Amino acid sequence: MIVGERKPFSEILSMVEGDSKILILGCGSCVTVCMAGGEEEVKILGSQLRMAFRRNGNNAEVTELVALRQCDDEYLEDTPLIEKVKDADIVISMACGVGVQHASTFFNRVIDDKTIRVVPALNTTFMGANIDVGEWHERCLGCGDCVLEKTGGICPITRCAKSLLNGPCGGSFNGKCEVNKDTDCAWHLIIERLEALGELDNLKKIEMYKDWRPSHSGGPRKTVREDMKI
Amino acid sequence: MKSGSNLERLLERGEFVVTGELGPPKGPDANVVKEKAAMLKDHVDAVNITDNQSATVRMSSIAACKILIDEGLEPTMQMVARDRNRIAMMADLFGATALGIKNMLCLSGDHQIFGNHPEAKNVFDIDSIQMIHMVKTMRDEHKVICEDEIEGEFTMYIGAACNPFADPAWYRPHRLAKKVEAGVDFIQTQCIYDMNRFRAFMKQVVDMGLHEKCKILAGVTPLKSIGMARYMAANVSGIIIPDDMINRLRDAGKGNVAAEGIKILCEQMQELKDIEGVAGIHLMAIEWEHRVPEIMKMAGFLPRPTV
Ligand code: SF4
Ligand code: SF4
Repeated sequence: MIVGERKPFSEILSMVEGDSKILILGCGSCVTVCMAGGEEEVKILGSQLRMAFRRNGNNAEVTELVALRQCDDEYLEDTPLIEKVKDADIVISMACGVGVQHASTFFNRVIDDKTIRVVPALNTTFMGANIDVGEWHERCLGCGDCVLEKTGGICPITRCAKSLLNGPCGGSFNGKCEVNKDTDCAWHLIIERLEALGELDNLKKIEMYKDWRPSHSGGPRKTVREDMKI
Repeated sequence: MKSGSNLERLLERGEFVVTGELGPPKGPDANVVKEKAAMLKDHVDAVNITDNQSATVRMSSIAACKILIDEGLEPTMQMVARDRNRIAMMADLFGATALGIKNMLCLSGDHQIFGNHPEAKNVFDIDSIQMIHMVKTMRDEHKVICEDEIEGEFTMYIGAACNPFADPAWYRPHRLAKKVEAGVDFIQTQCIYDMNRFRAFMKQVVDMGLHEKCKILAGVTPLKSIGMARYMAANVSGIIIPDDMINRLRDAGKGNVAAEGIKILCEQMQELKDIEGVAGIHLMAIEWEHRVPEIMKMAGFLPRPTV
């Protein structure tokens, strides 16, 4: 899933200074699961804003809402929601960067009598897995050409700090990465897993230069499924 | 001949070579390079020029290499995968050959987090093993990666690094084998202090026949102080400094530690010469270039052979 972290309050506050009608819009998907931008976090941000406004003698109005998903029109096409957005001076989206952009595009398409400002409350950090209570780790960079079948299901592009494709660098020590002693060396994990799988021969083959075109290096990507189009 | 460099010729002739290292200045002063070069001249067979070592901005390796050539020394240009994509690497390699650079070393590079611009974006388009393959393809097939023909002659003696003490330890000779398969001509190792562990590593390397497919130079660095020894052991991956070495430094007493460090180094150099499969030494003096002449003399490695 997509993992995010909420921005510091002062940064969010500075985005809405001068606005008198503020709508906080949470997202019910990934960022709810990683406890960064779901219903709970919307409530917390709402209270923080109200408290700060009260302290400053500002009587701005703060409204709280959650859409199940901000990255899909289907969940934004909701008349009461659109009315609230129309009424607001600014929308603080608590979705990931995808949701923020999509909500902004969507609202500006369906609302034609004013331009809607949508600002982010989160820093979107990575695509990762829930490893422990309250702990998420990055797992995939979306390189567009998956190599996991050769590396025992552990991604060297994402989990090796140097995205090496042919084994561990000289900094791998005690199973940890030279860049951060709290992070496992991806190649150490790969070697252990390949050994367990009886696939150590994979390591012998030189993995050739990666074609980065399917990755972000090739420019922004899109997927078009002709078979799904009506 | 791959590039006809002195290093290649000496190694091919079976001479026990010694290479040195020179870190370019953190600025554009050519005199700093010239002064260090003067200390190394005629005392080592070739000199590695580091490429923004420790991810700290310095004069480019290629420029410092050219200064060395003009001063009458033979450089080995280090190139890290951290800062350049394949396009920039190949362009620099053409430039290097045009400037008379005949040896190079393919490295992944220290991560930028360790340097003076930790906020920089890294590249890592290709890794060190792919880099070896790329340079070999350029040299032997006259083609760049995309298969376009290279105009003119591209020559290079291709080196790479090896850390015999990194983990997983059993895998390290196999990683070396991969570099050999990719086409490496010579290897320079991470600095060695634990001679027993290095001997065990070399035994495996010799059993695999790798020493016959590439020339292996054993890396050494003098211990200048007890503080440095402790720092290296704690901060440089895989560096294990045996207790008896530290004890010798300590027992030498105030004012004599550096001399004892040099003595230990010279003994190591002598021992390395006798280890099967070791074709030479890579002496990384690290800002002690001025002491290289006395080290080489004391270790009995002077005069250097002529090509
Ligand atoms: S190889 Fe690419 S697609 Fe597969 S997990 Fe790694 S980054 Fe993601
Ligand atoms: S220590 Fe391991 S994970 Fe870290 S950069 Fe080196 S190979 Fe990659």
